[in-house]
Amino acid sequence: MQVTETKEFKPKIVAFCCNWCSYAGADLAGTNRLNYPADVKIIRVPCSCRVNPMFILRAFQRGADGVILCGCHPGDCHYTTGNYFTRRRMALLFSMLDYLGIEKERTRVEWVSAAEGAKFAETMNSFVEAVTKLGENKRLGDLRCKVK
Amino acid sequence: MQRIGVFVCHCGTNIAGTVDVHAVAEALKMEPGVVFSIDYQYMCSEAGQNIVKDAIKEHKLTGVVICSCSPRMHEGTFRKAAASVGLNPYMVEIANIREQCSWIHKDKQTATEKAIILGKAAIAKVHLNAPLTAGTSPVTKRALVIGGGIAGIQTALDIADAGFEVDIVEKNPTIGGKMTQIDKTFPTLDCAACILTPKMVDCAQNDKIKIYSYSEVTDVKGFVGNFTVTIKRKARYVDETKCTGCGECTEKCPMKKVPNEFNLGLDTRRAIYIPFAQAVPKVATIDPDYCNMIKNGKCGLCAKVCGAGAIDYKQQDQFIEEKYGAIVVATGFNPIKLDNFDEFAYSQSPDVVTSLEFERLTNAAGPTAGTLLRPSDGKHPHTIVFVQCVGSRDTSGCGKPYCSKICCMYTAKHAMLTREKYPDTDVYVFYIDVRTPGKNFDEFYRRAVEQYGVHYIKGMVGKVVPQSDGTLKVQASDLISNEQLHIDADMVVLATAIEPDKSARSLGTMLTASMDTNDFFTEAHPKLRPVESPTAGVFLSGACQGPKDIPETVAQAGAAASKVIGLLVKDSLTCNPCVAHSNELMCNGCSACEKVCPYGAITYMDKEFKMPDRTVAIRRVASVNEAVCQGCGACTVACPSGAMDLKGFSNSQIMAEVDAICK
Repeated sequence: MQVTETKEFKPKIVAFCCNWCSYAGADLAGTNRLNYPADVKIIRVPCSCRVNPMFILRAFQRGADGVILCGCHPGDCHYTTGNYFTRRRMALLFSMLDYLGIEKERTRVEWVSAAEGAKFAETMNSFVEAVTKLGENKRLGDLRCKVK
Repeated sequence: MQRIGVFVCHCGTNIAGTVDVHAVAEALKMEPGVVFSIDYQYMCSEAGQNIVKDAIKEHKLTGVVICSCSPRMHEGTFRKAAASVGLNPYMVEIANIREQCSWIHKDKQTATEKAIILGKAAIAKVHLNAPLTAGTSPVTKRALVIGGGIAGIQTALDIADAGFEVDIVEKNPTIGGKMTQIDKTFPTLDCAACILTPKMVDCAQNDKIKIYSYSEVTDVKGFVGNFTVTIKRKARYVDETKCTGCGECTEKCPMKKVPNEFNLGLDTRRAIYIPFAQAVPKVATIDPDYCNMIKNGKCGLCAKVCGAGAIDYKQQDQFIEEKYGAIVVATGFNPIKLDNFDEFAYSQSPDVVTSLEFERLTNAAGPTAGTLLRPSDGKHPHTIVFVQCVGSRDTSGCGKPYCSKICCMYTAKHAMLTREKYPDTDVYVFYIDVRTPGKNFDEFYRRAVEQYGVHYIKGMVGKVVPQSDGTLKVQASDLISNEQLHIDADMVVLATAIEPDKSARSLGTMLTASMDTNDFFTEAHPKLRPVESPTAGVFLSGACQGPKDIPETVAQAGAAASKVIGLLVKDSLTCNPCVAHSNELMCNGCSACEKVCPYGAITYMDKEFKMPDRTVAIRRVASVNEAVCQGCGACTVACPSGAMDLKGFSNSQIMAEVDAICK
């Protein structure tokens, strides 16, 4: 009998969090010691509307398995209207990515306020679970960057 | 190549408990550009900060990465430390390995690996950091208060008291606002005019305060410290500087049938009028909709009787431009229109009145000289029904979803005063809930019930039907005994919901100050910054921010004034250096960025460019006003040519972070 060691798949997840709500929500999740997988790495941006679709494409190119964008709830944007732009831009981008073969489950926009530490952790747990289920993202990957 | 120093904090055991901090420091030492790496127990302590400072000096560091708690906690601390030894504070980046790593992971290996990746991302970003300098902008040491009610008056008086010039812009011919129409004020029952009119006179006499009455703000340009405001001075056809307020013209004017808005149309005034005896400024105003001379050139009586020669039928609207450092919005409220509430027969019977009309009917300066009489026949009413929450707490869409806050108290006041003056009157109050939180408020309400015998009934009035004998049949349900009630009332008083003044919406757009769905101005933070608008330099006072009674309004007015004073004492303002900037060579002048900017920070200008063939071309390019830009980055994404970028969060910096994380 042969035993082969199978390595558990750990997805690479990039989370963009706006400075005023979601990043603070992530901090609150930490303060309350709410667990979520270490696969999630957060990048701080001033507002969710700062996230250029280019950044998301770049992440997938460089081997990310999922990208999540978190901003203030509609109506609560620190900059008044930023998250509305995000909502529209990402709706377009995500449907384009879906067309390119990057499943809709790999991309997500969530509204997390500075008070919603629990929601942040839950969101990340469910997102990581969804991406893990899909497995590795093989689309868009820039082969020149992926030396494995 | 940057020379980067990495400082890994243990935070006691907070980080070191789940992250192998030493391994992190060692791993990050291997990164390109890192010339120094160390871990220490408490980086934010004085000793820890000294380690950072010494390393910057000793190793000539050009960039610093601190792996510690959230940047929301100590970014400022480390930036200050770096600045103290001559390193630009914006060359410091924080890798959040506490809130977003050690506190949420239990497995030491996983947490350590993640901490290393977060550190690498921060290092990748620092490589692309550029020194940023915060610009400064000067402050015009004058304030504008929009609205001359009690909120505006109090704010103006407090600002003037600190020695700054204040202008009040009031759309009506006199300042004073709604409070001038009120009879007595709860819970102490002192007369509104007695406490308000001295303040109005103070405004007029204060040489720091200038009152633009009968005027409106039509345009606002600029930003915190440097607003340029256009004020429209509506033609009042009377020279303010000449008019003495003697009132001769208002007695002689033959046009007698003009509804008097000060008494809410319950009586009439002349076409030339002074709203009330204590008006400030006490200057007559001609109502052009009713004046015969202005309409068809026949009359001119007021000009004949005016001894001061102040009447000027040819006066035009004037537009003046003024500069201010701060703007206070104090536009106040209005009762809602009752078109959607015809079940109360407001439009059918003159004896169904709103609470503000009732206020005029009991006011000594009102149309009945303070005697409570039915508007229909001038008789004394013996049964009065008060209906609360007319349009308040109404989620059906007819009214307003919020509680108007003041109605419970003023209805208790009306009921109490009626019972006190006319003990033979039966007074019923129909309520959903009685809400009386406030100093001495509940005691006041209980006095109305217990001492004055006002009948409080929990229930809603379903219908008011005017009868042929002049009475009003009130059909209501008593929710406690679960009975249907029929009351033959002589008068019905509706506690009408209040809404922000209609001018608020357009003003909000001019000021780029955000508003909620009910057109109330929103505050910068609902708890910690209650009198500031999210737009820098714009402050909120009174009921324009939410329903408020007089004590609260005055408190908020004082708070707004103190914030304004805090702004105006500064000679210059430091701007946030993390702002957008456009690469003029790449900009194609398409205006995409201008459209998404919520602050109006982007303008276009024609600029000369030297072309390769030595000719000069003039191109239209975007230019960012750094004092106005708040650094959200919406424009950077909207820009199709990639000319717009955000300092401190540039495209290349964020991409470097993405690369580091996905490696």
